Amino acid sequence: MFFSKKTAKLMSVLAGTMLMGGVLSGCGGDSAASSDEIKIGANFEMTGNVANYGQATLDGLNLAIDEINAAGGVNGKKLVVVSADNKSEAAEAVNAATKLISDDKVKVLVGPAVTANVIAESQVATDNKVPVIAPDATSPDVTVENGQVKPFIFRSCFIDPQQGTVMAKFATENLKAKTAVIYVDNSSDYSKSLGKVFKEEFEKAGGKVLMEEAFLAKDQDFKATLTSIKTANADVVFVPAYYEEVGKIVKQARELGITSPILGTDGWDDSKVADIAGVDALNNTYFSTHYSDKDESVKGFLEAFEKKYGHAPNVFAALGYDAGKLLADAIKRAGNDDSEKIRQAIEETKDLQVGTGIITMDPKTHNPIKQAVILQNKDGGRVMVAKIMPE
Amino acid sequence: MEMGQQVLQQLVNGISLGSIYALIALGYTMIYGIIKLINFAHGDIYMVGAYIGFFAITQAGLSIVPALLVSLVTTAMLGMLVEKLAYKPLRHAPRLSVLITAIGVSFFLEYASMYFVSPTPRTFPAVMDSVAINIGGLVINGQQLLILGITFVLMVILTYIVKFTNTGKAMRAASFDTETAQLMGINSDRIISITFGIGSALAAVAGVLVGIYYNSIDPLMGIMPGLKAFVAAVLGGIGILPGAVVGGIILGVVEAFVSGFISSTFRDAAAFAILIIVLLVRPTGIFGKNTKEKV
Repeated sequence: MFFSKKTAKLMSVLAGTMLMGGVLSGCGGDSAASSDEIKIGANFEMTGNVANYGQATLDGLNLAIDEINAAGGVNGKKLVVVSADNKSEAAEAVNAATKLISDDKVKVLVGPAVTANVIAESQVATDNKVPVIAPDATSPDVTVENGQVKPFIFRSCFIDPQQGTVMAKFATENLKAKTAVIYVDNSSDYSKSLGKVFKEEFEKAGGKVLMEEAFLAKDQDFKATLTSIKTANADVVFVPAYYEEVGKIVKQARELGITSPILGTDGWDDSKVADIAGVDALNNTYFSTHYSDKDESVKGFLEAFEKKYGHAPNVFAALGYDAGKLLADAIKRAGNDDSEKIRQAIEETKDLQVGTGIITMDPKTHNPIKQAVILQNKDGGRVMVAKIMPE
Repeated sequence: MEMGQQVLQQLVNGISLGSIYALIALGYTMIYGIIKLINFAHGDIYMVGAYIGFFAITQAGLSIVPALLVSLVTTAMLGMLVEKLAYKPLRHAPRLSVLITAIGVSFFLEYASMYFVSPTPRTFPAVMDSVAINIGGLVINGQQLLILGITFVLMVILTYIVKFTNTGKAMRAASFDTETAQLMGINSDRIISITFGIGSALAAVAGVLVGIYYNSIDPLMGIMPGLKAFVAAVLGGIGILPGAVVGGIILGVVEAFVSGFISSTFRDAAAFAILIIVLLVRPTGIFGKNTKEKV
């Protein structure tokens, strides 16, 4: 016998693999050949512990893409969203991105929603030269690494420090606050970094931070800490956290008789805050966010979303919608579906009207220059009290 | 606020937080007392109880008392079912196997609920007025008083059942020596099943009350309170009903004082340090005697 039995077996396996490879690559070739569509990879948290963020963002993105296709698509081509679930885990975010890039041959990626998952995905996207737009990851580290901007990673929302700065400025200038207490969620980087920026900016403006306290996500009872916060008797209390805990904190703070204004950030932007805290307790609270639903330019988006999904959008849905609009504009200017051209077009985005405002991309940081709004909770409604552009 | 008043307010905060731990710890300690099983799924049964109460109020439109009863009965049946499926087949297995199974049941309940009711937190409708009573700057919530009251009433009822009824006598006998009890004509399986039913019903009461008081429930809400209740049960002497209540309240007060006067970030460290210290210094807990009899 020319081959040993073992080698023969190995050869047949190899041959089989090669055959299969041929079939598979044939498949890939076919789908890439349908040249009247451009594939967009949507890598989102559709299950797992932050599924509500990922799902809402994807809903917003789908709405934007539907609108664009209904208006004739981009450069005569239809945009097709291919979605993959990253199960709210960083490792799965990498797998989902790899699948979208190598199997589905997407030209550009949108998502994930959460900072840690975008950071995990950025290496594989950069290696394959596929641009990424992160719709709602607000940590500065998403687009910048060791002081260097990541060439293929972009975001379409503002960053955390901007919110901290905006709220510190609002506290000192509009509310004339001289003293503040900061109460952060110690299990969230988002919350801690906002607390830090607020402190720096508030002290720079001449204010004094009397106390810094912390809690953990999923805590139920905040009264012990709130009792000592009450004793500090500060002009404002800053709570940059997510809605579930925020609702309980505001409720319990008012119950204990803390009457001073309570300030927060876009984690507050959910109707559940009012459900948990109660309308009365929520009076005299202010938070920064991406848009106001009273804004004329947002009306179209709100109505379209309500019509498609049967409920009002939350802030994540709005940001997903923005990412879709930004992407379509960039592909249009790129002229074709070449990833490098799309990358460059995203970087050159200027004065683009999206759902929640006007975006200009900063090529140095890949962060959009975008307004923030400050809303006041008042008798069950929200009033816009300020609209602030970053400096 | 002056110092004295602040101390009093923290005491109130601590007792009200502690009464919730105590309520959960009662069920924990009861089950341990009878079959020597640390039922790590207890916190998740508490979560299921809260959800059943929630759906009874929002979907079936019941008012608070019937909703509480529905939740109590359904959760008791769930507890008995869990015991039948997961623990009964392991009656003669080493205790470690049962403990690991309990952890499995806990994860199963958490993630099955996440699948069925979604991970998004739900807010309880306002079924009960929240009255804040202000005594010279000292704020006490009416619902806190209610929870505290219910905890004590349940403790008394349970103690009565265990000490003075035939079922209770059978429970104690089964706890003392399951096989001998069986020889004396006690149906140990039935007694254990009843114990799980009562323990789970207690968890349901706690779940619904906490849902109303904090106004938000989610599928992972049982993890931390479950662990804290375990600490409370060990602190009071695991297997002893009044011990669970006293342990829960001490734990709540310690947490309130640590977050109020030292730092809020040390709170959980302090709670679990108590567990370690108790296990090192007095493993039987405050009320524990070195006898064989439990409950």
